Amino acid sequence: MQPPILSLNDVRVTFTTLDGEVEAVRGVALDVHAGETVAIVGESGSGKSQLMMAVMGLLARNGHASGRADYRGVNLIGMPKSELNTIRGSKITMIFQEPMTSLDPLYTIGNQLMEPIIRHRKLNKTEARVRALDMLRLVSIPEPERRLNSYPHELSGGQRQRVMIAMALANNPDILIADEPTTALDVTIQAEILELMAALQRELGMGLVFITHDLNIVRRIADRVVVMRHGEIVEQGPAKEIFARPQHPYTKELLSAEPEGRKAPVAAGAPEILVGDNIRVTFNIGGGFLSGPPLVLKAVDGVSVHLRQGQTIGIVGESGSGKSTLARALLRLLPSQGPVHFDGQDISAKSVKDMRPLRSELQVVLQDPFGSLSPRLTAGQIVTEGLLVHEPAISAAERDRRAIAAFTEVGLDPRLRNRYPHEFSGGQRQRIAIARAIILKPKVVVLDEPTSALDRQVQKQIVELLRKLQREHNLSYLFISHDLAVVRAMSDHIMVMKDGKLVEQGTPDEVMGNPREDYTKRLMAAAFAA
Amino acid sequence: MTEQTAILPADKGRSLWADAWARLKANRAAVISGIYLMIMAFACIVGPFFTPHDYTTIYQDYNRVPPSLSAYPKPNQLDLAVKDAVKRARLDLAKWEEKDDKIITSVTSGKPIDERVTRYLDRSDVLENTLVTDKSADGLSLTMTSDVEKKYFYFGTDNSGRDVLTRVLMAGRVSLSIGLLAGLVAVVIGVLYGATAGFAGGKTDEVMMRIVDILYALPFIFFVIMLVVFFGRNFILMFLAVGAVMWLDMARIVRGQALSIKRQEYVQAAEALGVTRWGILIRHIVPNLLGPVIIYMTLLVPQVIILESFLSYLGLGVQEPMSSWGVMISQGAKNMPSANWLIIIPALFLTSTLFALNFIGDGLRDALDPKDR
Repeated sequence: MQPPILSLNDVRVTFTTLDGEVEAVRGVALDVHAGETVAIVGESGSGKSQLMMAVMGLLARNGHASGRADYRGVNLIGMPKSELNTIRGSKITMIFQEPMTSLDPLYTIGNQLMEPIIRHRKLNKTEARVRALDMLRLVSIPEPERRLNSYPHELSGGQRQRVMIAMALANNPDILIADEPTTALDVTIQAEILELMAALQRELGMGLVFITHDLNIVRRIADRVVVMRHGEIVEQGPAKEIFARPQHPYTKELLSAEPEGRKAPVAAGAPEILVGDNIRVTFNIGGGFLSGPPLVLKAVDGVSVHLRQGQTIGIVGESGSGKSTLARALLRLLPSQGPVHFDGQDISAKSVKDMRPLRSELQVVLQDPFGSLSPRLTAGQIVTEGLLVHEPAISAAERDRRAIAAFTEVGLDPRLRNRYPHEFSGGQRQRIAIARAIILKPKVVVLDEPTSALDRQVQKQIVELLRKLQREHNLSYLFISHDLAVVRAMSDHIMVMKDGKLVEQGTPDEVMGNPREDYTKRLMAAAFAA
Repeated sequence: MTEQTAILPADKGRSLWADAWARLKANRAAVISGIYLMIMAFACIVGPFFTPHDYTTIYQDYNRVPPSLSAYPKPNQLDLAVKDAVKRARLDLAKWEEKDDKIITSVTSGKPIDERVTRYLDRSDVLENTLVTDKSADGLSLTMTSDVEKKYFYFGTDNSGRDVLTRVLMAGRVSLSIGLLAGLVAVVIGVLYGATAGFAGGKTDEVMMRIVDILYALPFIFFVIMLVVFFGRNFILMFLAVGAVMWLDMARIVRGQALSIKRQEYVQAAEALGVTRWGILIRHIVPNLLGPVIIYMTLLVPQVIILESFLSYLGLGVQEPMSSWGVMISQGAKNMPSANWLIIIPALFLTSTLFALNFIGDGLRDALDPKDR
């Protein structure tokens, strides 16, 4: 067997923070061979990204790495920047999670592609251009000549990630490190990017290090899987071995993290609680006194929703399909056309003030557990804010009691109620957001991608929590997600949206087991290809 | 809910403010600057009560004496002062000598000498307690002993013989209070205006920000001269003029922040809870605005102090005998080659204070916005 190209030995990463030293990576040993795909899997905070950042010399300023990371016999850790730069970007390259921000918006794709080529290969501009064109073809971008002169904002997320891959491959690297390259993408595009990476890896024969929190993503492409937790490797081995016979309980947990079960449909006679008929939402983009008529964008185009008591309607679709906009229109947070009835009353014409008493019964949990909690308030204050509005008469002590009850209900330790949002993990934050919604005893809760920003296992816990709350309070959910596995587990009715229109709807088994429309079929194929 | 859960103790959380405070404390430059500023403010406030001289007192014998740690008068000044005092008494000096820290002066005159001439000597800033010790029989010559009045001018004196130490501390009071108050005026107006514009959005925002643009277009000096012409020179006017110009930047910054905070998910979540606009403004927007406002405020104060110096330099600021660091620097500039301490000392006070303020501003920015680094 050939010696490994990259060999990590006892790599440690520590961060100096206000609370003292924090060890993010505690002595990791790992080999990467040529032509091999190694997947590093772990939940957020397991140190999987920091490990590779340390190898690339990209740690934040308060971070410190020790140990050995030998690339063809040369230790990269502690190497001076000037020497490191001859290797990184050329022999070891990296692609990141966020395709929206890792390209510089001020330069054309061509410019950004050519820069590392010119830099590392000492080619002139014309030669570099030819090479850049080749690379764009390699990653199958349509019309590569035209794309060379495009700016990043003219490309879709998937195309940008392809450009990032092209940039990373331009100098024939020995090792490509991909840090969650598909997490920010829609399912259908995720599948395409994964296929592309696998194909390129076979073709070019480089070592691929794939960092992800979702073990199921790497099932198709990994040769070897390394499972990390709390900065340590808990298990590693050939992918087939790991998937077939996981040894460590944590790995088993990761593998079975997909939400299970189905929801039983509600009784046919259950009253309809939230009804929207033929809802339309249009946005005017631009326009004004001097700029001519505005561009009219139909975000939601004639969609009807009938939510029964105790029912969960799952709304699926890619980003930009109008699913969140529809939910906001139903909540009367956005102006829209078409009648909306809540509990028998027409609420489509109600003013902000008239809507206020109803807000306690119509609640929402938003996607981003980091953005949806005000950073300056304590968790207790956040959870009880609704009480200030809807039950202003109750005392502070009573509010505190209600907060404790709500915390207990969502499975959080009530003693944490004086902490601030930044002191909680993503899953805990989402529990706080759920507590904020249910403390008001709502009838309908809109869940706008409540699990998308969370790790798989945490997702599963949140799904369990939401189910429990639904059973106990007979809640009706409008569940928006692009994650079909979660939707399947949560809903008894599914609506598929595309470009603001309803494409297909029905029970989960109808829609997912036997999709009628092409679009739905594509979506299902991408999501359940494993 | 039972009583037991009600008394369930809650862990203490660490707020973002506490975090920022800890980061600020770890920043040496900011901490030293903070201590320095406190000392400076304390010195300016209580210092003038303890300095040996009043800021308005004029010592005619000590025009433009250089800074010195030892006591005045120096020997040559003693000679000058004695001769001067005798001349002012219209007498002739026979001789003077120093003996046991006493000055013995012998004078003569064509006419009999009144003993009250001792007053002339006492009136000098150098001599005091002058007594007649010997008088000739014809009254034409007189011997007097006087004590030497020891005076300390650690920072020297200015053109008219006023103690620079006292004056620079008094000037500090003016400069610092203008900086703080005009800064505060600018922040209050700017935050209210900017937050309203940003939060209201739409047409209101458009109109409010165009007004700001128009005010920006007015030349500042022209504006101040107009104010001076109409209302005369006046201390309050300084606050108005400086505050009226400085709030524009603040308003723009706060509006931008308010616009971005308004789109945060936690504001949407609050709207979905049915929180009123006022509640959102008070509970969500303003607390999250405070960070940038505090940072900008610490950077605004030095700007205001410089503006005040500039206006005073042009003669539009505070008036004698009151002084500010800008005024003192302007006077010092006129005496540049010969009496350089007149410019060096106030300039040192001004620049070190500005440095300290800027360090604190930088420290606060790093502490409140650690992502920006």
